[in-house]
Amino acid sequence: MAEEKTELLDTSVPDETMIINMGPQHPSTHGVLRVRLKLDGERVVRAEPVIGYLHTGFEKTAENLTYQQCNTVTDRLDYLAPMTNNLAYVLAVEKLLKVEVPKRAQYIRVLFAELTRVASHLVWLGTHVMDLGAMSLFFYTMREREVILDLIEAASGVRMNPSYFRIGGLAYDLPDGFHEKVIAFINDFPRWMKAYRHLFDGNPLINERLHGIAFLTQEDALALSVVGPNLRATGLPVDLRKVEPYSSYEDFDFDVPTRTEGDAYARFWVRIDEMYESMKIIEQAIGKIEPKGEYTTSDRKISLPPRDEIYGNMEALIHQFKLVTQGFQVPPGEVYQGVEGPRGEMGFYIVSDGSSKPYRWRARTPSFYNLQSMPVMCKGGLVADVITAIGSIDIMLGDVDK
Amino acid sequence: MNQNDPEILERLSTKFAEGFTKVDSIDQPTIAASKDAMMTLMKYLRYEENYRLCLDVLAVDYLPDRPRFELVYHLYNPWKYARLRIKIRVGINEKVPSVTGLWPGANWPEREAYDLFGIEFEGHPDLRRLYLPDDWEGHPLRKDYPLTGTRVD
Repeated sequence: MAEEKTELLDTSVPDETMIINMGPQHPSTHGVLRVRLKLDGERVVRAEPVIGYLHTGFEKTAENLTYQQCNTVTDRLDYLAPMTNNLAYVLAVEKLLKVEVPKRAQYIRVLFAELTRVASHLVWLGTHVMDLGAMSLFFYTMREREVILDLIEAASGVRMNPSYFRIGGLAYDLPDGFHEKVIAFINDFPRWMKAYRHLFDGNPLINERLHGIAFLTQEDALALSVVGPNLRATGLPVDLRKVEPYSSYEDFDFDVPTRTEGDAYARFWVRIDEMYESMKIIEQAIGKIEPKGEYTTSDRKISLPPRDEIYGNMEALIHQFKLVTQGFQVPPGEVYQGVEGPRGEMGFYIVSDGSSKPYRWRARTPSFYNLQSMPVMCKGGLVADVITAIGSIDIMLGDVDK
Repeated sequence: MNQNDPEILERLSTKFAEGFTKVDSIDQPTIAASKDAMMTLMKYLRYEENYRLCLDVLAVDYLPDRPRFELVYHLYNPWKYARLRIKIRVGINEKVPSVTGLWPGANWPEREAYDLFGIEFEGHPDLRRLYLPDDWEGHPLRKDYPLTGTRVD
């Protein structure tokens, strides 16, 4: 093994500091993250995240799959919010193809994107508060997240990696009785949130561990390419759903929660407030979606024909065969599309050479950039606050390591 | 098409007579800059035009072409919500100036490009492999990197 060149391992100047490896198998690193800490007693002199333990080469994998197959790779990047990854990818390819997606499908996409945002924030809330020492909330948030996963399963058949959004629309239409389930969820949610807030609102232990901890100024946040709730907690209302609406977000009425303090406490409340805003969007979306209707584009060169058509129509059979075996050709060019994921701007940059496989498939994953701010947040703090910092950035290691 | 900063390309062409060309694009204003002119251009965008977020730095391998690689910088102005794409062509053994001095957030993506493409950045504070072990051979995202097969030593 080649020598790791890092000033952390430089022991030429003897001092009282100590180097500690936190992770890769540490429960509060939310995956397989290793942090090399240089400690002076309880104080952090330097923190250096070491990543790559989950690296699986998604970008290379995707270059050798057809455009429809790549969709399944996107699920696995940020596996707590697969629908927003799907959305960014399909919107990027649709931009290259210049295909029109029916309004109803766009609204269903919005509905699921917001459901995954709530599900992802629920996991964040449970694990973050558990890291701070409050165990019980985790069990409740995981139980409630299951309700959202049930909704995703009802529509797509899969809980975790649904690939429900397809290029041109959706994989299937909504199942019977889906609206009632979503409305029941909307009605239950305020009650759950009230119960959660009993556990953390005004809780002195949690407040003490968040106030003024893991501070990040707006200047630093911008310099370190930090996006999403972490940037909004420093006072900049950058939310792609508002400033560059995609998938008909302009038809929905919601606010962008911001805070100005820039500490872990601010990030905590930005995410809690975001859940309420997402619920507003979900409520509006379910009102706009007809129970049955168009769910994918009628362009048969892009989306699969319905099953009953295949058995009775020669052309439909040929389309099905060609799409499944060869995929479709995408006009040459390049495109970038970003969407506002639960962790910030999730984007795809795709270079097409005119074939049915992407020439270059680049995922701009938010956690990768957000994690770079960790050393700044931890410097000079206590070693126990490193865990607060990791939790409040809300990293997802599948997203960091791609 | 992101048109939130519509005159940026005109302002750039009045400020800089040469060193870059406009590129047609379907989603955001795009320019192709030369490797020598890129730093003055980037400095101007960072300090004068408030493109304060470097959203992404990535490389593309156009194998038979020369220069072989293309570096793509995605910049963002968080007050105007404007995007800009800058492309730079780099040959296989050429060094590129690092933009980490302007955007410290470009640190990891540049290390990633070094790791997976073998592009070297001049002036980078910590140019090591990011994902792969330090003793890994080759750069997997290059187009000539074998997809299958066993290594025989």
